[in-house]
Parts: sequence; C-alpha cells; structure tokens
Amino acid sequence: MSEVETQNKRKQLYKSNTPLLMQGNEACAWGALAAGCMFFGGYPITPSTEIAEMLARYLPQIGGHFIQMEDEIASIASVIGASVAGAKSMTATSGPGFSLMQENLGYAYMAEVPCVVVNVQRGGPSTGLPTKVAQGEMMQAKWGTHGDYFPIVLVPSSVKECFDLTIRAFNLSEKFRSPVVVLSDEVLGHMREIVSLPPQDELEIITCTRPNEPPEWYRHFEITPDYLSPMASFGEGYRFHLTGLTHDEYGFPTSKQKEIVDKLEKLRLKTARHIDEIADVRLDLMDDAHIMVLAYGSTARAARQAIRIARKKRFKVGMVQPLTIWPFPDDIVGRLLEKVDLVIVPELNQGQIIGEVKRLCQRHIKIVGLNRFDGELITPAQIVDKIKEERP
Amino acid sequence: MQRDIHENHRIEIRLSGSGGQGLVLAGVILAEAMGVYEGKNVAQTQSYGPEARGGASRSDIVISDTEIHYPKTTQLDLLLSLTQESCDQYYRSLKENGILVVDSDKVRQLPSHKAFSLPFIKTAKEQAGTPVVANVVSLSAVAAIMELCPKESLLKAVLMRAPRGTEDKNRTACELGYEMGVEARRKMRERKYAFDH
Repeated sequence: MSEVETQNKRKQLYKSNTPLLMQGNEACAWGALAAGCMFFGGYPITPSTEIAEMLARYLPQIGGHFIQMEDEIASIASVIGASVAGAKSMTATSGPGFSLMQENLGYAYMAEVPCVVVNVQRGGPSTGLPTKVAQGEMMQAKWGTHGDYFPIVLVPSSVKECFDLTIRAFNLSEKFRSPVVVLSDEVLGHMREIVSLPPQDELEIITCTRPNEPPEWYRHFEITPDYLSPMASFGEGYRFHLTGLTHDEYGFPTSKQKEIVDKLEKLRLKTARHIDEIADVRLDLMDDAHIMVLAYGSTARAARQAIRIARKKRFKVGMVQPLTIWPFPDDIVGRLLEKVDLVIVPELNQGQIIGEVKRLCQRHIKIVGLNRFDGELITPAQIVDKIKEERP
Repeated sequence: MQRDIHENHRIEIRLSGSGGQGLVLAGVILAEAMGVYEGKNVAQTQSYGPEARGGASRSDIVISDTEIHYPKTTQLDLLLSLTQESCDQYYRSLKENGILVVDSDKVRQLPSHKAFSLPFIKTAKEQAGTPVVANVVSLSAVAAIMELCPKESLLKAVLMRAPRGTEDKNRTACELGYEMGVEARRKMRERKYAFDH
C-alpha cells in the first residue's frame, strides 16, 4: 500500500469532531493510529488487551502490520526490529509483560531505537490482581532495566489524555530516539468517557529527522550539539551497526574511555538538555495554596474532586499533576514546594513517587503519603479526611 | 462531606448481577445514550472477576452536567440488581432516598419495601422471545424510572451496540422495558414515595 493510500485509509477510519463513547485503551489505539503507528507486536494481557484488539483490526486496513508474538520478550523485540526498519512501532502490556520486556527495553535505550510501550497497570507483584487497578510500576518504569539510563514516561488521567499522551509518546520517542512508556492503569484503560477527537491536520506529529549527508559520511550515533542525532533506517543505503554493547558514533563496540563517557552522557543529556520541552505539569488551584496534593494517573481524578471539597471547607489546597513523571519535573515541583507547608501524595502503591517529593524538598515541611493497594481507587473523601487529619 | 460531591447534579447508577447477564454492555448503552445523544458528561466503569460467566459483575455510570472529576460511584442514586447476591452486597451503597430496582424472580428477599420489583427476565423470555435481552429490558426501565432520557435516544444507543441480527428483539426489549419503567414511576407518584429527582 502506498503512502497516499495509507493516509486516505487512515482518514476514513478516523472520526473527528464527533462525540464518541470510548475506553482509555481505545483512545490509546486511536492516538497510535493518528500518530502514524504502522506496527504493533504484542501479547494479549488484561487489562491492556483492547489496544491490541483495535490495532489488530485497523493496522492491516491501513497497510500496517499487527503480529501476536509468542510472549512479551519477543513482542518488544519485534517492535524494535520494525522501528529500525522505519515503521513507527508500539506494544501494549501490563505488569507481568512489562517485566519480561525490561531486558530488550534496555537494548532500545542503548541502541536509541524509538518505540512506544503502553503499560496498563494492574495489581502486582507477579500476576497479582489482573482485573484491579494499581500504580505499582512508577519506579519500574524508571529503573526497570539495568544500567544508567534516563527514560521518558508519561501518565494520563482521563480517556482524552490517553489519546493525547499516546501521540505525545510517539512524538517524543521520534525526537529523542528513545523508547517512551505510557503508564496507564486498569481504571483508565477500561473506563469509558465521551471524547471528541481533534481533526488529524490539527495534530502535531513529529517524525525523526533524516540524515542529509551522503551515506558514506553518516554516523548513526553522531554526537551533535543538541545531542539529537538524525536517524536512517535499515535498507535506505546508510550503513550502521546496532548493538547493546557500549558503542562509538558508528555503532561499533568500544572500550575507549572517551567514547564510553560520551555515549553515556549523551543518553542523559539528550533528555536533560530538553527538560523544558519534555516536562508537562498540570496545576489546579495552586495560586494561593498552602497545601499541595501531588497526584498522577487515575488518582488525580479523586484529588481534583477532593481539593474542591476541601476548598469549600476553607482549606487552601491545590493540586500538582505531573503528566510527564520521568524525567521528574524537578524545577516546577521544587519551586512549588517552596510555597507550601504540607504535601499529600496519594498513590495506589505503598509510596513510590513520594520519594521524589522528599528528595526535592529542601525545607522541613510535612510530606505524607496516602496509600491504597487493595485494587480500588482512592476516593475524594479519603483525601479530604487526610487533609483534615494533618491540618485539624 | 459526601453530600458536597452530589451538589453539582451528579447522578450515580449501578447495574449489578452476575457475569454473563450483559450488565457491562447495558452500562455502555446507557452511557452512550446520555453522553452521545443527550450531550451529558458521563463516566462508565466496571468491576468484574477473572471468570467469563458467573461471579459478581457490576457496571457503574456517573452522569453530570459539569465535568466529572471522580469517575467512580460513591453513593448511588439508583441500584439495579438482577441477583439476590448483588442486591445484598450493594444495597448499602445506596444513598438515602436512593432507588432500588430488582428482578422480581431473582431477588426474593427485599432489603426495603420501597423497592421496584419488576419481572425483567420473565418479560424478556416471554414477550421478547429470549432471556438474553433482559439487560436491555431492565436498562430501559431504569432510564424511564429516573427520567434520564427520551426513549428515542435510548433506542438509538441500543441499536448501535446490538449485535447484527438481534435488532428486532432488542427494539422490543427496549420498548417493553421503557413502558415498565413509565408505569412503575406513575405508581410511585400515586403512592407519593419520598424521592426528589
């Protein structure tokens, strides 16, 4: 199928400007299609299966490919292969599958292969609670594979944000030539809300820059001033080597100290130097707040309700919601921490992101967690009660 | 504190029963009718076990004129139960003056005399020709009892989601259920039940 045919087909499938009732998982799939995803390799797992189901139906219709692999190790391997061959690629999974993907994800970070992994979180560890919600992989998404690397991880909190952040994940992965993880959860994945998709030509879609030098000069891992290197695909006439071993600018293994340091620094600096562009924090009623609720994902929904109830009871409380959780928005959150004297961090785990808040806080203020891990969502009432308890 | 949540005209409905009765689909249909055809904000969530049939199953719908922050239900305005087990389990989630609607054959022990006990499954079997559409019968009755939306919007949503070849049965089911609901509401008015929607 030609490029034009693909575009026409995609336009036919994509219904914009009409209110549609859809699940978070469906919204992820539409986001992927709108972003130009042409390959999905995966293995079905509750609660992420709807993403695979939808892309299995639609990708072949637009000339893309869907493969159900034998497991999640092979899934992420197929995604990396498809990406290196030039297709925007993704997979979707949940906790157990995300664990299996870690080794090859490390390869993708090292070999700088763009791809998108949606992890619809369920209760863990191990097979845990397949049909129940949790936010247990906040730290795994950051440190899941071995070595020193700096992932980009996005956390949506509504069906519309599942759509928006999937597109953003593709854009960031192309721009920074890195896997990007979208951490959804069971509530978001299965929840249905009304969404009106924006017209396709209004969406910002980024595709990685292509090399413009002749093939014999091309360095696949060139260290440029902004640490972003142009990318050629296999089969286009540009020669390069891919390996998980620490490599030089051509991709060949190296043990020269300078090249090792340059490579590892590049992995850090390509996100660190563009943190303003990657960071995305939503503030709610923070202007005059003395109490901060820092919440993300589906927990942010309860927090948004809770701060409104608490405001009526004259608590000066606001909410900070990081949509990009890694790299953690240190500057923005750090600045806001200077204005408040109580922080509440509700999480569907036993305390993961609260550690980041404590790391950033220079003053002696109270930082308390509100943790729930029984497979249900934290309620607004629980957050309001916590505020009352800490500030009687 | 709970009352504040409901201040902005937020309606919370739970459809409950056992897995396989089609209640998750019923919730989706109701959400679609209210969200797509009536222009309200809706959030539909569900809870179910790992099994395909049997086990407790429920579908929750939140309907609001304003943005829905918290998508799950906290205090129900209406509970539909198609099994005794789900009725016993969720009755406590109903708020004061909340409405309980049950299937008269499946739920024999009512926790309150103010419940609507209607023969959904029997009606589906005898008048629509199959017990499978009991979900549409009961859903339509719920919509009528709550005066959520006109029958046309509901019917459109039912036919959108009905599997091909079952349109006629589902249309009959929707009409039967809606009538049952309207009738039940009329009776309730006559008896002047305390309830303000």
